[in-house]
Amino acid sequence: MNPSLHIGHSRIRKEGRAKVTGEAQYTDDVRMEYMLYGVTVRSSVPRGILKGIEFGEGIPWDEFVIVTAKDVPGELNVALIERDQPFLALDRINHPEEPVVLLAHADRYLLEKARAAVHLDIEPLPPLFDLEESLACKEVIWGQDNLFKKILIEKGDVDSVWAGAAHVVEGEYKTGSQEQLYIEPNGAIAVANAEAGVTVWGSLQCPYYVHTALKALFNLPDDKVRVIQMETGGGFGGKEDYPSLIAGHAALLSLKAGGRPVKIVYDREEDMVATTKRHPSRTRIRSAFDAEGRLLALDIDFALDGGAYLTLSPVVLSRGAIHAGGPYRCPNTSIRARAAATNTPPHGAFRGFGAPQSLFAIERHMDVAAAQMGMDPIALRKQNLLRMGDATATGQIIKENVDLPGLLDHALEKLDYSAKKENHRIHNASLGPIKKGLGFAIFMHGCGFTGSGESYLASVAGVEGRADGKVHVLAASTEMGQGANTILSQVVAEVLKVPLEYVEVVRPDTALVPDSGPTVASRTTMVVGKLVQEAAIGLRQTLIQSGFLKVPYDGEGFSSAVKQYIAKNDHLKAYSQYNTPPQIVWDDQLYKGDAYTTFAWACYAAEVAVDTRTFEVKVEDFVAFQEVGRVLNPTLAEGQIEGGVAQGIGYGLSEQVVWSKGRMANGQMTNYIMATSMDIPRIRVYFEENPYPNGPGGAKGLGELPMDGPAPALLNAVQDALGTSAPREIPLTPERLMDLLDLMDFLEPSNV
Amino acid sequence: MRGQVPGCTVHTPTTLIGALEILFAEKGAWRPLAGGTDLMVLFAAGVLPFSRFLNLWGLDELRGIETTSDSVSLGALTTYAEIRTHPLIAAELPNLVQSAWVTGAMAIQNRGTLAGNIANGSPAADTPPSLLAYGAEVQLQSLAGSRWVPYENFHTGYKQTVMLPEELITRIRVWRPKGDNFHFFRKVGTRKAQAISKVCLAAYARAEEGRVAEFRLGMGSVAPVPMRALTTEMLVQGQAIEELDGQFIAGAKLALMEDIRPIDDIRSTASYRRKVSANVLGQLLEEMVERFKRA
Amino acid sequence: MARLLDVIREDLELTGTKEGCGEGECGACSVILNGKLVNSCLVPAVQAEGAELRTIEGVASDEQLHSVQESFLHCGGAQCGICTPGMVMAAVDLLKRCPHPDEAQIRDGLAGNLCRCTGYGKIVDSVAQAAERAIQVAEESRS
Repeated sequence: MNPSLHIGHSRIRKEGRAKVTGEAQYTDDVRMEYMLYGVTVRSSVPRGILKGIEFGEGIPWDEFVIVTAKDVPGELNVALIERDQPFLALDRINHPEEPVVLLAHADRYLLEKARAAVHLDIEPLPPLFDLEESLACKEVIWGQDNLFKKILIEKGDVDSVWAGAAHVVEGEYKTGSQEQLYIEPNGAIAVANAEAGVTVWGSLQCPYYVHTALKALFNLPDDKVRVIQMETGGGFGGKEDYPSLIAGHAALLSLKAGGRPVKIVYDREEDMVATTKRHPSRTRIRSAFDAEGRLLALDIDFALDGGAYLTLSPVVLSRGAIHAGGPYRCPNTSIRARAAATNTPPHGAFRGFGAPQSLFAIERHMDVAAAQMGMDPIALRKQNLLRMGDATATGQIIKENVDLPGLLDHALEKLDYSAKKENHRIHNASLGPIKKGLGFAIFMHGCGFTGSGESYLASVAGVEGRADGKVHVLAASTEMGQGANTILSQVVAEVLKVPLEYVEVVRPDTALVPDSGPTVASRTTMVVGKLVQEAAIGLRQTLIQSGFLKVPYDGEGFSSAVKQYIAKNDHLKAYSQYNTPPQIVWDDQLYKGDAYTTFAWACYAAEVAVDTRTFEVKVEDFVAFQEVGRVLNPTLAEGQIEGGVAQGIGYGLSEQVVWSKGRMANGQMTNYIMATSMDIPRIRVYFEENPYPNGPGGAKGLGELPMDGPAPALLNAVQDALGTSAPREIPLTPERLMDLLDLMDFLEPSNV
Repeated sequence: MRGQVPGCTVHTPTTLIGALEILFAEKGAWRPLAGGTDLMVLFAAGVLPFSRFLNLWGLDELRGIETTSDSVSLGALTTYAEIRTHPLIAAELPNLVQSAWVTGAMAIQNRGTLAGNIANGSPAADTPPSLLAYGAEVQLQSLAGSRWVPYENFHTGYKQTVMLPEELITRIRVWRPKGDNFHFFRKVGTRKAQAISKVCLAAYARAEEGRVAEFRLGMGSVAPVPMRALTTEMLVQGQAIEELDGQFIAGAKLALMEDIRPIDDIRSTASYRRKVSANVLGQLLEEMVERFKRA
Repeated sequence: MARLLDVIREDLELTGTKEGCGEGECGACSVILNGKLVNSCLVPAVQAEGAELRTIEGVASDEQLHSVQESFLHCGGAQCGICTPGMVMAAVDLLKRCPHPDEAQIRDGLAGNLCRCTGYGKIVDSVAQAAERAIQVAEESRS
């Protein structure tokens, strides 16, 4: 029996009907009167000095709206963590997709002709594409030393351990870039004029990021910039910071066009090659164990390729560094993390935000270490998993009653690990070409912003009673498929004890909703959900105190109380602002303390079949077992996990970004390999519910968690299938696996 | 969408003769257009070097699958979906069904045509290996008349064919297999559907009196054109089935690696294509031996 | 050489059909043309002259959702929604060709429609449930 009215129930997605009928309005579905289309002319040279811009013959240039860096009325650089990335290149070119000229015209076809007719005169400078070369300062392309950010996390003294340790295991692990590949490409429509200011409609995750960037770009006050989110066809981090550029571009064109609306929608290739992707990484781990397999020391060097500008790299690095030690108790830990510049388009946010990179390394390393020490990987994990009262690498004491060994057991049980293991032993002993293996990864994901991020943001969200008796949720949290509309409605309807239809979420619009922070970092349910919950409690309280609402009441009674209150008082609103939960302490300088208010925990286990003729790895079975506090909507939660696992499988096996001189060479959906319905098995999702007291209804964040586990679990399974620990780089494409096996001479060429 | 719609002309003839007249009158000026599954991709990307298109889609003369006691003749506009669901092709020429099945997915298979797959000239197309394995012939027609060309001679170089500018493909003919035969098709693609081949093998073999009497091996994505692996074929053809042991197969694999000319590209590597071709040939030969020994 | 997709979205102003890639890879632009599922981004508009066209706007009848749409709602088959119209068209097409599909047939029928949100499991469930609903409705009307 579920005593809750809404919490824990699979309520139908609020905007679901509009989506299944095709009525939902995405950016490209909007056409405005007198609208122009905009395109971007890009550098195509990875690094250089812009000497001139030529407008070729055969184009009626006087019909075009043309914008360059010289037309920018305010701050040329995008306001984010640092202001180093220009909306339009003025003189320096730092990557091959740098925007230089913007064009607008009513005729899309003529516009494409014109885009091709703009010639940029760029004097090339030596570019830097390799992370190690950047770390070694082979060229200095950013700041003094190419480093966007350095972090050092220290606990105990690793150097005191090596000499006396029974085992020292070292390894190097690499992860590739990854394209978010939301099916709706980036786009925005802007109207800008000197009197009214700037209004932007777009496909975006973070309305207030765009708001901040546009204020600076146009040198306008808060109320002269308005950002409205359209239905957003997937984000996954890819619409976190880049929409600021597109919105800025569309608005610059509109301003110069005298306020005519300008729409910029990228085609698939432009979206893939020019916008942000996941940071490639390299992690070196040196670890020490005692004779029983207890972890004595972890010395980790974690490096990210940030691309040409700083954008979000410091915070991606931070999350990656904090997760680098995995869910293990280790008395001596040193994590050195660096994000460095290269002449590729800036890497940015992608679901997991640094954690998939470093967790891949540590979870892969544990299996490498187990093999080297002749230990069972399960036993090795169990020796070292964090328990309540233990400290993480940053010294965060685990205060919740987390049962990681139990999680591991349950996941393996669901996979039928023991029986399969025995079957595989017999199967793999035969001479057949298919080798089978089992692998798992155990991991955590910090919920909400890292460190003091949430208290710095001090997010606000609210609820509003309406004249029609309904309640509106006021939050900047965007729905992009993850279910924010439904979850926030459920939380509010639960507090108010009304049917779900009485609650609507207002479309994020900076003129209507407060800044409840960006829609990132697995924070919407846990952090913003808590704020709307508190606001709803406040609203209900107000209604009761006013005498209009008498307990007990039904939906009708509530609704009429709202109407009566508004008739008398004009408006009924309640807000809540974020407060850091008690006893959460973080030191941003020393990187010590409570990095997150809580973690979601998981163990993912996979069965693979490796075809030794084609080197293809097929995922035969996948179990995703997690503890995410209380599950507010099982269907939505499972959907998040299944989708995240599918992206994680792609990250581990197939989604390779092929680079050529700093540019993505396979920027087409046919050449960048995400899974079809034929490629992944049914993902079996299980939740262990352990309500988290500071989350609404007991919920933690879960959106990014499923991205972290699949890649290491799959490569661990490949190790099990082939009996070699060589695969340490993802994606493990068939070509890469073949090269590894060739290198090891694992298979005799004539052995059929 | 970077293609220039306003600069394009599409002409839609109502008869085959009408189409051939236009091709003859302005040789090389018109690009034949069938289901559009290849051309429209290039057009939208703005990289199609043609602006005049001859729309063949409505020409019913180019449709229909006809069978005689000896052969199956497929109209040029036969779609993958039609091949996929044709019972006689499924029973006697299973490689064709499989290659249609793995080309794109349903929406592509409803539009993509067999002649288009050939004329487009991609070395990575999936029906050509099957057509090569079955010894298909292609009928080319112009106002001057028609000719049958063995499909193995059709491609002369990367995206080059024996077709004259005034010719159209009208039919593709495949002989119905006789006797004790074996069919093999395997596409190693970038994924399980909507995939471009990295390596594609199709084979047809016929056994007679304990020997491989006929053996044809068609391959895709391992050379500038879809190709037959002739050295490998010669090695296998005429062999006693009893003698096709592990050692023989190892030799055949080495021969195949010499037959093919794969390259590195954004989808795979030459060394992968070479090794996997050989490994899949190994699988093919093992299955063939097993199949013929069972008979 | 205008694309059928542009005619649908711009001339007919039926924006339920989406453009995800413009290269026939993602299936977001799937429509049913003369009874056959096609990628409207790859169909030259000239080839659709006089044809019968069914888009997502023609799947529900008035307020009554199609059983496929209903199942997508209940099973969580739609997340961000951008692939959904194409996915629904592919499912409608599949169930017409194959009213009682097993899981492999469903996966094959949807293989040309990419979804980045769901991992496909709940979409497969949606289509299976829609097939069941159709059977139930048929049985009810028979009895």
